[in-house]
Amino acid sequence: MNNRINQLFQEKDKNILSVYFTAGYPELNDTVTIIQELEKNGVNLIEIGMPFSDPVADGPVIQNSSLIALKNGMSVKKLFEQLQNIRKTVKIPLILMGYLNPVLQFGVENFCKKCQEVGIDGLIIPDLPLNEYLSEYKSLFEAHQLHNILLITPQTSDERILQIDAESSGFIYMVSSSSTTGMKQSVAKYQTEYFERVNRLGLKNPQLIGFGISNHETFQNTCKYAGGAIIGSAFVKALEGELTLNERISGFVKTIVNPE
Amino acid sequence: MNYQVNDKGYYGEFGGAFIPEMMYPNIEELRREYMSIIHSYDFRQEFISLLKHYVGRPSPLYFAKRMSEHYQSNVFLKREDLNHTGSHKINNTIGQILLAKHLKKKRIIAETGAGQHGVATATVCALMGVQCVVYMGALDVKRQAPNVKKMRMLGAEVIPALSGNQTLKDATNEAMRDWINNPVDTHYIIGSVVGPHPYPDMVARFQSVISEEIRWQLDEQLGRELPTRVIACVGGGSNAAGAFYHFLEDEAVELIGVEAAGKGISTPDTAATLTLGTPGVLHSSHSYLMQNEDGQITEPYSISAGLDYPGIGPLHAHLFKTGRGKYLWATDEEVLQSALLLTRKEGIIPALESAHALAALEKIKLQPEDVNIINLSGRGDKDMETYLDYFGY
Repeated sequence: MNNRINQLFQEKDKNILSVYFTAGYPELNDTVTIIQELEKNGVNLIEIGMPFSDPVADGPVIQNSSLIALKNGMSVKKLFEQLQNIRKTVKIPLILMGYLNPVLQFGVENFCKKCQEVGIDGLIIPDLPLNEYLSEYKSLFEAHQLHNILLITPQTSDERILQIDAESSGFIYMVSSSSTTGMKQSVAKYQTEYFERVNRLGLKNPQLIGFGISNHETFQNTCKYAGGAIIGSAFVKALEGELTLNERISGFVKTIVNPE
Repeated sequence: MNYQVNDKGYYGEFGGAFIPEMMYPNIEELRREYMSIIHSYDFRQEFISLLKHYVGRPSPLYFAKRMSEHYQSNVFLKREDLNHTGSHKINNTIGQILLAKHLKKKRIIAETGAGQHGVATATVCALMGVQCVVYMGALDVKRQAPNVKKMRMLGAEVIPALSGNQTLKDATNEAMRDWINNPVDTHYIIGSVVGPHPYPDMVARFQSVISEEIRWQLDEQLGRELPTRVIACVGGGSNAAGAFYHFLEDEAVELIGVEAAGKGISTPDTAATLTLGTPGVLHSSHSYLMQNEDGQITEPYSISAGLDYPGIGPLHAHLFKTGRGKYLWATDEEVLQSALLLTRKEGIIPALESAHALAALEKIKLQPEDVNIINLSGRGDKDMETYLDYFGY
């Protein structure tokens, strides 16, 4: 498989900035604007969150944005409608991130087909573990040119990291600390030991670090240990406020990449 | 037909372990260890001894004479309401606290709906001197205030879950998040036969003491081990799993689960998951759920906080799908009447949850020679306010 995700990592191996947002938040129809503005401001990769009523791996910020998005009327079907023409304007890789049940109800095969049709490059489904992925989903994802991006944490053993690396593609999502999203604001010593442990394994997939990356300092720090970093809760939080949506997005990306 | 879990954690097409990677080390440790621990000599000795001397087992199998006259059939009550802490929940928490001790865990977390599982967990944590945190929906904290006070007196920290509808499902979400944030030294005592494998099997095994006792007690009283039917209420389904367990292979025994229909199965205010739900994944397990067409979980309702859950254990999903189990429902109204009937006929005030099982006696064609076992899973102390409001005493 060789899609926009592979091309990104071939062209850029340092300081990749990936941003997550919840589709349908703050307003139902902000999805396309947010994607276009993120690209315009130099973000390299976007994770479009599909809201779920019971997001167990998420902290309060993304729980809240998911709840509001659902109240606004977001659904998997609606999201695909919004993304129908996204590839006419957006070139960077796009990933859909969300929980398994809405995907199951949409129909896994149908879901993969729609992803390919609108130009999605990868999926992150935190509650689809490796063994279930291998037995039921892998061939379908691959047939539709979709990378399945799997998570590893400080508690993941070397043996399992190597197994995940062998069975997944695109990149590896390194969860920086054992936590739900948006819970920690700094990078502690045990985390750098974990980052170094992963680096020594010499994985075939590049890695991005996520969870707890919220500002220029944490972005810089984590970028030392991986191809780049993922920001979610801090961006979702920044979408609230007085300014226009475009100003909020450009202002936020600037504080991460170049705060001067 | 085989009704046991397979080595991949499935009952037919239901079950599995759809966990985020953050939970993998804990779940994998449990999966690897639980069978050898619960079959070890030390564990068995301590478990059996605590059930006998601390919980007060065996619980009586009581022939309810006046109820039997009323229904013109034989009605037996399995008195789980007489257990220490007032329900069957303690069977599971005793098992899991011993398991946690073997795994050298120092901190216990739990979710609770009505507060029965929370109290049972806080109780065993006090017994073992282990730190205890219980998540409870903020709405349930209000409507089950006496149990909240009990848990606090027992030394547990009760944290109100403020997300969603603020009931059992949300408490479960918060407990799972706690486990993700505390991956070392913490054991999550799930209160029902739900959640990722191996929980449904593990909890069913700890509760299976109920049907183990029913068999020999019935033999002692009637000279036969098999009843005509076993009836139990189902939310997540732990008391029903325990009451059915040793009869699963005896296909002549009817297994009847009773779901909470709330205000009725044609209203949105219901928790009858098998009657109305469709298959999907919630809380790491593939089973029937109350959900909309986008796969978002819908909020259940029942007068009984312990049955107010939008999913059901995968064992029950399998029994339902294969036809081995029959699943009926009872409305709030029917349940309240059945609770009053038992109170007046036998002098036993049942929990609202257990009264769902009693309500099934109105819905089944009973023969005079039938032997009907009702699993009376809990007592009604915690529901007095609801009863008093309704009946106006």
